[in-house]
Amino acid sequence: MSGIWLALIGFLVFFLGYRFYSKYISEKIYRLDPNYTTPAHKYKDGVDYVPTNRFVLWGHHFTSVAGAAPIVGPAIAVYWGWLPAFLWVILGTVFAAGVHDSGTLFMSVRNKGQSVGTLANKLIGQRAKILFLFIILLLVLMVNAVFAWVIAKLFISNPSAVLSVFIQIPLAVWIGYHVYKRSGSMLLPSIAALIVMYGTAILASYYDILQIDLVRYFGGEGAFTFLGMSATSTAFFVWIIILMVYVYIASTLPVWKLLQPRDYINSHQLVLGLLILYAGLFVTSPEITAPMTNTGVSDTPWFPILFITVACGAISGFHGLVSSGTTSKQLDNERDVRFVGYLGAIGEGLLALVAIIAVVTFFGSQGEFLSTYSSFSAAGSSGLGVFVQGAGALATGIGIPAAVAPTIVAVIIVSFAATTLDSSVRLMRYIISELGVEYNVPSITKKHAATTIAVVSSAALTLIPQGPNGFGSGGYLLWPLFGTSNQLLAGISLLLLAIFLKRRGSSMLPALIPMIFLMFMTLYAMFIQVFTSWAPWAANHDWLLFSFGAIVFIFALWIVITAVSVILSENKNDELKDVG
Amino acid sequence: MFERKIFNKLKRVIEMYDEMLSTPHRTEIARELRDEDDLFLLLVYSDMLGIPNPAFYYTLELYPFIIEKFHDWHLRMGMEHSPLDGIRCC
Repeated sequence: MSGIWLALIGFLVFFLGYRFYSKYISEKIYRLDPNYTTPAHKYKDGVDYVPTNRFVLWGHHFTSVAGAAPIVGPAIAVYWGWLPAFLWVILGTVFAAGVHDSGTLFMSVRNKGQSVGTLANKLIGQRAKILFLFIILLLVLMVNAVFAWVIAKLFISNPSAVLSVFIQIPLAVWIGYHVYKRSGSMLLPSIAALIVMYGTAILASYYDILQIDLVRYFGGEGAFTFLGMSATSTAFFVWIIILMVYVYIASTLPVWKLLQPRDYINSHQLVLGLLILYAGLFVTSPEITAPMTNTGVSDTPWFPILFITVACGAISGFHGLVSSGTTSKQLDNERDVRFVGYLGAIGEGLLALVAIIAVVTFFGSQGEFLSTYSSFSAAGSSGLGVFVQGAGALATGIGIPAAVAPTIVAVIIVSFAATTLDSSVRLMRYIISELGVEYNVPSITKKHAATTIAVVSSAALTLIPQGPNGFGSGGYLLWPLFGTSNQLLAGISLLLLAIFLKRRGSSMLPALIPMIFLMFMTLYAMFIQVFTSWAPWAANHDWLLFSFGAIVFIFALWIVITAVSVILSENKNDELKDVG
Repeated sequence: MFERKIFNKLKRVIEMYDEMLSTPHRTEIARELRDEDDLFLLLVYSDMLGIPNPAFYYTLELYPFIIEKFHDWHLRMGMEHSPLDGIRCC
């Protein structure tokens, strides 16, 4: 079967979801009111609160939520065959992510544009706010560790991409200053920056001298360096240190100097990447060689691990932070909630869909697929590399040379991951400061102290889990924990939405059902991972993963208990008021 | 005529695309400029707030230009009502 069929079925389901389900949610559940004065008009200040055209706002929202995560998760999850990952991505997007993203946006619009954390405090109480802060802290810590691993891994496997990624930094700083000092447009400078980056990537693909290959510098695969580490381990270690030093500097700079202009360049890359991959898919019409299902594997069961392996792309709690953090303050009309929120989720679903197609069409035969995806750990360590090669193969369909295409795909993924890493370390710094204020520890409220804690803990978490090949080879073990933290965040946002809807006199089921599904899957998956794979009594026990998994498990239980108690008390309370 | 229509449409699409991507950057720059303005206003009103300012006499001349921004400024600084007896904006 051609991969085009997966794309067409996905498009159709997304279209039907938007046309019918989002219409039902908007009209019957949210009861969106086009005459409601949105925070963008009510508190208009030209900075945060700015009424914005819905197409512009959708683009801004989509580019803020999309990144490398909806690529990595599906690339690993096809281990169980293409069908489970495909169904979870399209159905999750329509019934869970669409409701979650538009719902958090709607809740925030009805509450002065406040963030989900503040709404947790308002709707449930102080306890929920603290729980929310801890879950975000856990999530950003996982994001830092996982994305640092992703970048280091791609730098090692695609040394031709390194120079382009580093060239982006001075170019972004130059664009930042250009706009700040001269109020110029970013469009032309950023396109010029993109041309320089891709030009460098093309040259580096052909000339070894432009490839920064640390493994080769350390003597090549199999060689041993200082401290008895292998060349690959040493390269990984050095890349992590360089990345952490970079991210320390980047996350303490004002955002307009580096983060925002780099985001702007990355947004071009996102749009360009999606266009190239879908155009390449329709031109090359590759055959699906991966099996439809591979669920009989004995090492890791697809149920429920699939639902924590693919988080972004099916449902992601991080989107709620963006919806309620910035998008809600710029919504021109309340009825745009459907267009911006629901379609934003579909945009991310499209990215995950093409990631699945790129991986399942890459191999020459089913045997090749099965030998690469021979175990869940093999899928974890090679999934991303397979996506880079598969996406490269699709890109050749529109005339990009086969020697260059994987380098450009690697540059795009690393750029996304680096920006996410920067934002995430910055966010972690804010949360540490906020917890410092909450628990009266003034020393950690300072910028550099909080950043140091964030960077050191993230570096430690990236380096500690070790596979058979030393540093870096066990990084994929953190991926399910990242997915779980993301699902927990989505779970608590859906709980808030359910309470909010109940207080408005609407049915809470569209939010409650995905919330129960997510919490059940998360608890079940963590139970299996923590108590059968990582626990001290398991054959391959791991104290670090066991500790983190246990924390996640306790948080998930905490959310479930909070949900049950809040919903029961809501039912008993006759004097409920509309908080909107 | 047709070509002009297509050209105008294309131009509009490019403008919207640019706006889509540059919105967050413009927000940050506006915030940075507003922070600078806030500091400037604090300096101008410092004497009235009890912080000695040797240039107070000269800053008085600026009042007509900044008085309109005063209400938004004290709200942003976390003061629900005007902190100055002389200026009762709310």
